[in-house]
Amino acid sequence: MLVFFLKKLLWALATLIFASVLVFLALEIVPGDPAQVMLGINATDDAVAALRESLGLNKPALERYFSWVSGMLVGDFGRSYTYSVDVRELVADRIAISLPLALIALALSTIIALPVGIYAASRRGKIADTIVMAISQFGIAIPNFWFALLMVYVLAIWLQLVPAGGFPGWSEGFWPALKSLLLPAIALALPQAAILSRVTRSALLETMGEDYIRTARAKGLSKRATLWNHALRNAMIPVLTILGLQFAYLLAGTIIIENVFYLPGLGRLVFQAINLRDLIVVESVVMMLVATIIVINLLVDLAYIWVDPRLRARAS
Amino acid sequence: MLEIKNLNLSISGTPILRDVNLKVGAGKILGIVGESGSGKSLTALSTMQLMPDGSELGGEILFQDHNLLQADEDDMMRVRGQEISMIFQEPMTALNPVHTIGAQVCEAIRNATNLSQNQLETQAAAMLEKVGLPVSRFPLSRFPHQLSGGQRQRVMIAMACAQQPSLMIADEPTTALDVTLQAQILNLLRGIVDETGMSLILISHDLAVVAEVTDDIVVMRNGEVLDAGPTGDVLRKLQHPYTAQLAKASTHVPQRNSAPILSVEQHANNIQPILKAHHIVRDYPTARTSIFKKGIPFRALNSVSFELFKGQSMGLVGESGCGKSTLARIVLGLDKATAGRVDFLGTDLSKVEGDEMRSARRNMQVVFQDPFASFNPRHRVERLVSEPLYLEPQLSKAQRRDRVRAALSEVGMNDTALDKYPHEFSGGQRQRLAIARALITRPALIVADEPVSALDVSIRAQVLDLLADLRERLNLTYLFISHDLGVVRAICDEVMVMQAGEIVEHGPVENVFTSPASQAAQELVDATPNLERALANRVD
Repeated sequence: MLVFFLKKLLWALATLIFASVLVFLALEIVPGDPAQVMLGINATDDAVAALRESLGLNKPALERYFSWVSGMLVGDFGRSYTYSVDVRELVADRIAISLPLALIALALSTIIALPVGIYAASRRGKIADTIVMAISQFGIAIPNFWFALLMVYVLAIWLQLVPAGGFPGWSEGFWPALKSLLLPAIALALPQAAILSRVTRSALLETMGEDYIRTARAKGLSKRATLWNHALRNAMIPVLTILGLQFAYLLAGTIIIENVFYLPGLGRLVFQAINLRDLIVVESVVMMLVATIIVINLLVDLAYIWVDPRLRARAS
Repeated sequence: MLEIKNLNLSISGTPILRDVNLKVGAGKILGIVGESGSGKSLTALSTMQLMPDGSELGGEILFQDHNLLQADEDDMMRVRGQEISMIFQEPMTALNPVHTIGAQVCEAIRNATNLSQNQLETQAAAMLEKVGLPVSRFPLSRFPHQLSGGQRQRVMIAMACAQQPSLMIADEPTTALDVTLQAQILNLLRGIVDETGMSLILISHDLAVVAEVTDDIVVMRNGEVLDAGPTGDVLRKLQHPYTAQLAKASTHVPQRNSAPILSVEQHANNIQPILKAHHIVRDYPTARTSIFKKGIPFRALNSVSFELFKGQSMGLVGESGCGKSTLARIVLGLDKATAGRVDFLGTDLSKVEGDEMRSARRNMQVVFQDPFASFNPRHRVERLVSEPLYLEPQLSKAQRRDRVRAALSEVGMNDTALDKYPHEFSGGQRQRLAIARALITRPALIVADEPVSALDVSIRAQVLDLLADLRERLNLTYLFISHDLGVVRAICDEVMVMQAGEIVEHGPVENVFTSPASQAAQELVDATPNLERALANRVD
């Protein structure tokens, strides 16, 4: 088991290193000189050159890569070119919005999807199943930003239940802050919930056709007990896989949703940083997202092992 | 105990069972015999009211004078497990992989009682002990994947007996097991019947098994009962033509027109073998015992040596897990031996690569057990059968097509098959296609891994005839792997008996089977169901 875990950890590390190279190279290729953008088009060549020198942009790429990576290792993410603050502070402020947003969305989508999927599976072929699946088809088809706008119109402008956008900050108290995250989280969660509920349903239906389900029924268990005691856990493997993938989508989805709701989160930060060629911010935020997703994948791997004893045997 | 009267079943409008009548007395064992599609499993599932969706039932199923067809779901839940329990064919998939065996046995008991968890576990342990899985060696915390097929079937039986039902239905309980395990499981079931006075319905395709174990017999075909009565009577007199046909097919021996090819004679005549295995060893790595220590490797094959001569049919028998398939994979060049070498037609298979390997491959082909699983369902027959021709890239498209046609006609199929998909054929036809696929490169050696185990007896007889006929016409050499001694005896010249990775006996088929020298061979012979012997041993 320990060997298995160490192996996974090594893989995660290798992925991180690979990702850092990729991120760095990608931004090397992107046209646009940060110094030029910062100083505007009227700046003299001398001024631009001087700024490049002071930003360290004239050093060879390899050197810049290593100083970036070694900085990150000790928690020094560098200084933003445009905001002139430490990237770490900048990111810390923003992540306090984005991470709760993604987590609430993930929780919401799971809380909605699992019961819906289980319900639909238990009513397979009946009218309830058909209706639920039709709704989920809509959920997949509708783009989340459009749905967000619709919700803003109905819930915020018309019914005035929640703020239409913006973020008061956690300092304003827990509830007001949470309230302003609610709409964006729902907008993010619903399409994911639609996908997840369909996966749950089909995974459950597939396990319900297994031999051991028939065994359980032959023991005298009711259909419902069979579903809960025998099918559900076996159906969790595909559901966990999708859940892990969805977290990455949710993080990416925050970029659009934060712009729709004027939330000063990571997504908006990245968006602006790209426009302003604030390379160091983009690189650091992307690396953080990569690291988060790798951690989530590790957790999913561990969850597999918890769910399926056969994988436990293979791991040890 | 149970009486089924005029049972009719249709699924989505298609009639499946027609006027099925049968009866099981208290403490009796009834055998239901039939080939696949005869409706024997669906008769059982109908009794449990666990039919597939869209089923419609008619007639009566009287269990202790109650008609189960009129019982509602709540009543049936009380009947299932408590009154009638069931065990299934596939022990590998019939247990839930994510629950421990203890939990699964406990669940069967809990359903009927309201015992505490401790009491449940005590009872479960006692139940498992009874079926030969003592807690000291098989703790309740074991998961199904940590048990062998035979052990899993024992867990199934423990679950089925847990609530002391008055009737148990065993649907092909030993078909997926090798003969030694089969004998053990049948003994266990019979012991339980004798001890508890429970009734048993044993569903099987194997007449010999039924003859050994049952009191009464019902013979089914196409959803109808054709023959019924006391087992001894029915199987000795063979009055119904279909029963007679089944009995004949199950003991069928293909005709051999030429003399068997025996290694001793070949040696005497200085003939060189076409395949020669020298001291083959195959070790499989096992899990590390700690981060710094590798596990002790598992030795699947231990210094195995043998020779095969042109035209010879060599049987390879042994319990499951003895190394038969590993040996076949090494002979076929699909796996590398840890030590030792295989010479095939004068070349050392462990050394050759590229073109030479392809040429060696062309001369050896394989036929697998499951004709359904060994074909890609989305390819047409022409593509499936011609697949091995990638080994002969020089052939033109027309030549390839001709070769496919020739191979099909060798196995008795015509050109109309070319554009069909595998699912359009029956099991027997599919195995013919598999044989055609093996023949297409005109090989010298065919390795057949349980080629008839998945087939019904009458089809098995036909396929055996085909294999015997091809051997004579094309001068083929067979390495014939099976756990069914009857099949090996019917088609092979010589047989090798394997046990724990070693060949413990090797000799002409008749010698080994009539007077086995090793204990392993003796056990295999004793465990193999034999219709004649079973009938002779019956007391009725």
